[in-house]
Amino acid sequence: MLKDLLKETIWSLTGNKVRSGLTILGIVIGIASVITMVSIGQGAQSSIAANIESIGSNLIIVRPGAQRSAGVSAGFGSAQTMTIEDANAIKSQAQSIKAVAPEISRRYQIAAKSNNTNTDVVGTIADYLIAHNVKIASGSFFTDQQQKSSAKVAVLGATAKEDLFGTDMDPIGQTIRIKNVDFEIIGVAEAKGGSGFNNPDDNIYVPLTAAQHYLSGSDIVSMISIAADSQEAMAAVQDQITNILLTRHGISDPTLADFSIMNQNDIIATASSITGTFTILLSSIAGISLLVGGIGIMNMMLTTVTERTREIGLRKAIGVRRIYINLQFLSEAVVLTFFGGFVGIVLGWIASLLVSKFAGITTLISPTSILLAFGVSAGVGIVFGFYPARRAAGLSPIEALRYE
Amino acid sequence: MMIDCKNLRKVYVNGDVETVALKGVSFGVEKGDFVSIIGPSGSGKSTLMHILGALDVPTEGEYFLDGAEVSKLNDDQLSDLRRSKIGFVFQAFNLLPRATVLRNVMLPLLFTETTQEEREARAREALKYAGMEESKFHNLSNQLSGGQMQRVAIARSLINNPAILLADEPTGNLDTRTSEVVMEAFQQLHKKGHTIILITHEMEVAQYARRIISVRDGLIEKDVINKKYA
Repeated sequence: MLKDLLKETIWSLTGNKVRSGLTILGIVIGIASVITMVSIGQGAQSSIAANIESIGSNLIIVRPGAQRSAGVSAGFGSAQTMTIEDANAIKSQAQSIKAVAPEISRRYQIAAKSNNTNTDVVGTIADYLIAHNVKIASGSFFTDQQQKSSAKVAVLGATAKEDLFGTDMDPIGQTIRIKNVDFEIIGVAEAKGGSGFNNPDDNIYVPLTAAQHYLSGSDIVSMISIAADSQEAMAAVQDQITNILLTRHGISDPTLADFSIMNQNDIIATASSITGTFTILLSSIAGISLLVGGIGIMNMMLTTVTERTREIGLRKAIGVRRIYINLQFLSEAVVLTFFGGFVGIVLGWIASLLVSKFAGITTLISPTSILLAFGVSAGVGIVFGFYPARRAAGLSPIEALRYE
Repeated sequence: MMIDCKNLRKVYVNGDVETVALKGVSFGVEKGDFVSIIGPSGSGKSTLMHILGALDVPTEGEYFLDGAEVSKLNDDQLSDLRRSKIGFVFQAFNLLPRATVLRNVMLPLLFTETTQEEREARAREALKYAGMEESKFHNLSNQLSGGQMQRVAIARSLINNPAILLADEPTGNLDTRTSEVVMEAFQQLHKKGHTIILITHEMEVAQYARRIISVRDGLIEKDVINKKYA
């Protein structure tokens, strides 16, 4: 019985290859496009989240605000009001913090023996490693002793090292020239995988004191990074920092603060909402292709069954029970949709791998999108393959045979 | 008695309109007989054929086929009865176009307890019996001529050793010469002992049978023995 059913199914499907092929094609395209598009959207979301995580964890960043003179704003970050003293005050007064890292950073032209590059030189202290999640790949970071003595030493970010010394050479012990001052390289940081304009891998780190003495000449800092103990403590820490700085700067109205505080969660939230919109956009395009695919499958199945009403009538007339006719059409629909579904999943998978390989976009295949795409097209295929066949099998054989 | 009909009535209801197709038909057919049922269109002969073929049940009356009462059966039981006792030959042949000759003939054995080898052996036997050349057994059925198609349909109707063979206008789609050949094939089957009922509206075709029943307006008008056989 089962063997007969299987044979009839295969015979029917292979008997009309164009019809079966087109039905399968509709299913394949619907499923593959949903999987690919959703994987691009999700991949973007996760890669942006990972990029932000690589900046550091539980990070709060304080930057100088806009300088106001007679009501004219000179722009964000222009105020020259934040000093190393502010950082020290935060470190001694605030609770539940892990690290406080003031930094003086500016872009300089850097020259090594044979190469030169233009990048950010960050003058900072050892706490920076904790706050920004920087790890040393070879050599060491500067010691407290070097910090106190304003030693002319530098640690290179992974990209900066490549730019200046290439991939093979060990730069430790070499010197680089920043603003006509020679710095000795004592370490290289691990790559963090960042990208874009503010790439942490492109930084060159020098002791804060050295940056003050040889590069900036003042104790104005461009940024203070604070790492909180935990995610939960961040809001409280942010409040404490605000109070400490307002008090130190003698400002009573918080809206006139000459600094701004950003925490990592805000950045993540903003980025997620952008990528979320992006995913919705891609998903709706995918949804439309699924809908169109579904309508295609529906059409194909309906035409097929209508075309075959006479065949159903004949089968009934010569004594095939209704249940076997139903089972045959059901199994044809199941085989078509499952075969198409399988090919669609594989194709969608391959397509998203190709996208990430050739377009350099991270893609993330989500099981939900596979299930959804497969479920919808299988559902449509089975319902519209089986239901009209069931109705035809319920007709009297005479009516079915006469059907035109 | 192979077929025994008692006062068959059939009423079709379409909305408010009632059409009486059979107004009380009674007759019997002996085993091994060859009977033509003849009548113009609208006479009720098709309705009678559907009831005799267990494709439909009468509104009133009783119908016994080979001792079994057909009028009270449900859909599945009718299917089983058609498969085991009735062989159909249709005007439009009704072969599966993309299937081979053999496959078409084996169709009634689907979902029955027979092996593939047995099915094929029986199909070959039935095809030879119906006068089909062996070289065409693997041809697709839509590559055959009308006469060949009807032979395949006859072979299909014979494969389950039916109690009766029911032919509904078997020559309706064939030219005169092919019609003669097909009708002679039916006569051969009759000589071999098959019970055959032929539905037609052409007297020429009906003349091949031993007994001719004329139907008009839902009633039997005449029931005579063919002079050729007398």
